[in-house]
Amino acid sequence: MATEMSVLHKISSNVKKEAAYAVLDRQATRIKEELRQGARKPYKEVIDVYWGNPHRTGMKPLSFVRQVLAACLYPELMKGDKLPADVRQKAQGLLGECSGGSVGCYTATAGTPEIVHRLSEFITRRDGGVPSHPENIFISPGSQWSLANIFKVLVNREAPTRTGVLAPVPCYSTSALSIEELGGAVVPYYLSEEQGWELQVEELHRALESAKGACNPVALYVINPGNPSGHVQSRKSMQEVIRFVSEKRLFLLADEVYQDCVHGEKSGFVSYKRVLAEMGPLLADTVELASFHSVSKGCMGECGLRGGYVELVNLDPAVMKHIYILCSTDSCAPVLGQIALDLMVNPPQPGDPSYPLYDVETQHIRTTLRHNVKRAHAVLNSLPGFCCQPVEGGAFAFPRLDLPPKAVQKAKEAGLQPDLFYVIRLLEEAGVLVSPGSEYRQKEGTYHIRFCIMMPQHIMEEVLRRLERFHTKFMKDFS
Amino acid sequence: MFQISLVSSVRVTQRRRPQQNKMSQQAVDGVPRRGKVLTLDNMNPNVKRVEYAVRGPIVQRAVQIEKELREGIKKPFTEVIKANIGDAHAMGQKPITFLRQVLALCSYPELLEDDKFPSDAKKRARRILEACGGHSIGAYSASQGIECIRQDVAAFIERRDGGIPSNPDNIFLSTGASDAIVTMLKLLVCGEGRDRTGVMISIPQYPLYSAALADLGAVQINYYLDEDKCWGLDVTELKRALNEARQHCDPRVLCIINPGNPTGQVQSRKCIEDVIRFAKEEHLFLMADEVYQENVYAENCKFHSFKKVLFEMGPEFSSTVEMASFHSTSKCYMGECGFRGGYMELINLDPEVKAQLIKLVSVRLCPPIPGQALLDLVVNPPQPNEPSYTTFTKERTAVLATLAEKAQLTEQIFNTVPGITCNPVQGAMYTFPRITLPQKAIDEAKVPDMFYCMRLLEEEGICLVPGSGFGQREGTLHFRLVQRLRQSHYTLDFFFGPPSLCPSTARVLSYRSGESGSKFISLL
Repeated sequence: MATEMSVLHKISSNVKKEAAYAVLDRQATRIKEELRQGARKPYKEVIDVYWGNPHRTGMKPLSFVRQVLAACLYPELMKGDKLPADVRQKAQGLLGECSGGSVGCYTATAGTPEIVHRLSEFITRRDGGVPSHPENIFISPGSQWSLANIFKVLVNREAPTRTGVLAPVPCYSTSALSIEELGGAVVPYYLSEEQGWELQVEELHRALESAKGACNPVALYVINPGNPSGHVQSRKSMQEVIRFVSEKRLFLLADEVYQDCVHGEKSGFVSYKRVLAEMGPLLADTVELASFHSVSKGCMGECGLRGGYVELVNLDPAVMKHIYILCSTDSCAPVLGQIALDLMVNPPQPGDPSYPLYDVETQHIRTTLRHNVKRAHAVLNSLPGFCCQPVEGGAFAFPRLDLPPKAVQKAKEAGLQPDLFYVIRLLEEAGVLVSPGSEYRQKEGTYHIRFCIMMPQHIMEEVLRRLERFHTKFMKDFS
Repeated sequence: MFQISLVSSVRVTQRRRPQQNKMSQQAVDGVPRRGKVLTLDNMNPNVKRVEYAVRGPIVQRAVQIEKELREGIKKPFTEVIKANIGDAHAMGQKPITFLRQVLALCSYPELLEDDKFPSDAKKRARRILEACGGHSIGAYSASQGIECIRQDVAAFIERRDGGIPSNPDNIFLSTGASDAIVTMLKLLVCGEGRDRTGVMISIPQYPLYSAALADLGAVQINYYLDEDKCWGLDVTELKRALNEARQHCDPRVLCIINPGNPTGQVQSRKCIEDVIRFAKEEHLFLMADEVYQENVYAENCKFHSFKKVLFEMGPEFSSTVEMASFHSTSKCYMGECGFRGGYMELINLDPEVKAQLIKLVSVRLCPPIPGQALLDLVVNPPQPNEPSYTTFTKERTAVLATLAEKAQLTEQIFNTVPGITCNPVQGAMYTFPRITLPQKAIDEAKVPDMFYCMRLLEEEGICLVPGSGFGQREGTLHFRLVQRLRQSHYTLDFFFGPPSLCPSTARVLSYRSGESGSKFISLL
């Protein structure tokens, strides 16, 4: 082995230790291999609900979207009547907007201009008329890519104090990793679990105060609807956040990829941009905001196509120029991802040939999610040792685990976080792969698990059944 | 932090903006205005140093001019010819039927019932879908890429390299080769001050490298290709650059682009051996950018993969030299830039470092599945006994033949124009001629080749990238032009410079083209 002579034994110190997923993935691979070789287990297959990966867990893509993509890829398909007229028309239009009439061409850096323009129109419609300007929108290979680019602009490694970004606890792990990889510091603010994972502005103040002397906070990152929390922010809460960032001179990053995943009957999504616009020019014209969206979630669930965008509001034009250049080094987002974004914001309308099927498919997805949320909530809250806040939005359930002291002790002896210990056991004994709360940070002494709820109902039932059985036994074994 | 600037008198520098973004309050219409939170002063300074000429100011002006043309503003030309970016399909190259058939089947599997699709296309689509989560290209894959595709890539590499083993676990699929290149540099760049990592890169180079190094705050170490020797690489030049760099940084990486971009040279086997020996002696990590490996035209040239040569040099080298090779679906006969497909193969990477790399790539979740699928087809093309073989081979041969023809013709044409000299285009898809400008132009312009290209754009509607965007020896000027593939007719229009700068070439133009109105470059 080349270890001794390795050039790379000195690597960037920003890339840190192994994530829980690597451990669990290895275990899952081993189990699958054992099953393949005929080993007897209480289950026939591993159900992977670790990530928010709807197609993997059995959700179906939307027919209209896939038909348009196929026609764009292989224009021969547009001959004849096999594909509905609106599909052919849409594909024709999209190809006309590609250089060289091919989805194999690079596009402009920020995305095909006509698609970017239509995105801005969508945003304006969504926000009840609040104007959106195409030149403020950048399409990228997924929202995390844009988020990383904006973090990159914000994190100044040459500054005397380390750059800090306020991020929620619990928080989607990739975002936190992104900040740290760039040399920034995550400044945690704790969401209030007992209040349904509400964001309380007093906590933002506390977090900011705590950063004094440790780092220089420049930005506040919010995820709404929350991941993994599932909380959908009230307008009032969002206004408080906006006032806070304005007062404390922070850049606001609003990760809104789950805006189409709102299940609760009481809650509705409103964008940060809209709330900001409604707060009068003093705030609306000054607060610097980046909002993120993506094709990976919602009814599309097209994670694999890598399509997302960022809309930048009130940024210094000189900074925008550099953001443009930075994005240009990535060439452009995958064209199919850009097209998927366009189809997401411009779906079939009543009267279009594809509308009836589109409507049936999307209704089915929404019904499934609402059902799953209800069932997961009910089952989890019926089990002693589990407590699940209402899942108002997002793609996950994030119940709290009240682990018996014996289990916590056993975990510590094994050198594992207690919830990881639970999750490893769950995978081994029940063949269900979920993620441990420790991956997302959590209040000291609390434990959670996270699992995706975007799957066909019968698979959700199977997951809940196995979880219930395992949990009951686990709690008994460690009582 | 030190950084060697490009040793060229024509380097473009960013002017600092005046202090208009201070946090002072100014009242406008009685409403107090506050300064911005994110300003040029407090943003990441590395990001300010990033430039990328391929999509730089000339291109932005070209887009603006196109807009003006659409609005009916009169210009000396009716369309802008964009010859700035290696975008094959935009330059007239056609997509390969087989590839698009399989991708369409993957996108909309209902088409598997359609008789119009050949059986080998369906077979491959089924296999790819089987490997996707939920049988959908819309599911995330593992961050390293779909396993069976990595296995296919490894098998392809083994075939390409005459049987030298390739381990799928050392293959990382990526969002274009650029993504993998940047990821490796992220992993490699560390240290502060005098210990800051130095990365050797050729001059001229593809400006992704200079941009990534600026972004990471790494030290760029330039080694010059020899224009007089057909852009050849000499180890003595590598040694010179390295020794000089050791005085103020910690050189750890050597990047080489073969076939070259923008220069098009194909390195000889001996040269590759010399580079490998040098990397071993000097304890450098080798990054071999081989995205143009199938774009080789010159008869006396052959592509030799760095990996193959490394292994053929024996275990003393093959078990010690640490290397990453990069490939992509954007170039060669496929030209599918818009899919963002690519991979890297890692040799002799420390397992602990590999674990960190796996973590690093997880931040971007996974490369686009259509790009991964496309890569699978590129490494698994139709075989002689399969239905699509004939058409596939015909299309592929036609594309490569046309590119070869144009490479030759381009070189010939440029060498007839006064003030322009051009090395043979041995590979890739660009021409990088050297230009001699009148002294007056050089004296007037801050960046003469940028000035030349901007004038060319404004006067003739042709968009190129100035040599200063790639780096060049001090006192020399170049531009990079992408070979276009107009196949409708062979028009022998000659390339010329903007009349205001080059009156002699303008006369050549009017004699040859014999028509007024729009003159356009059509490099066949």
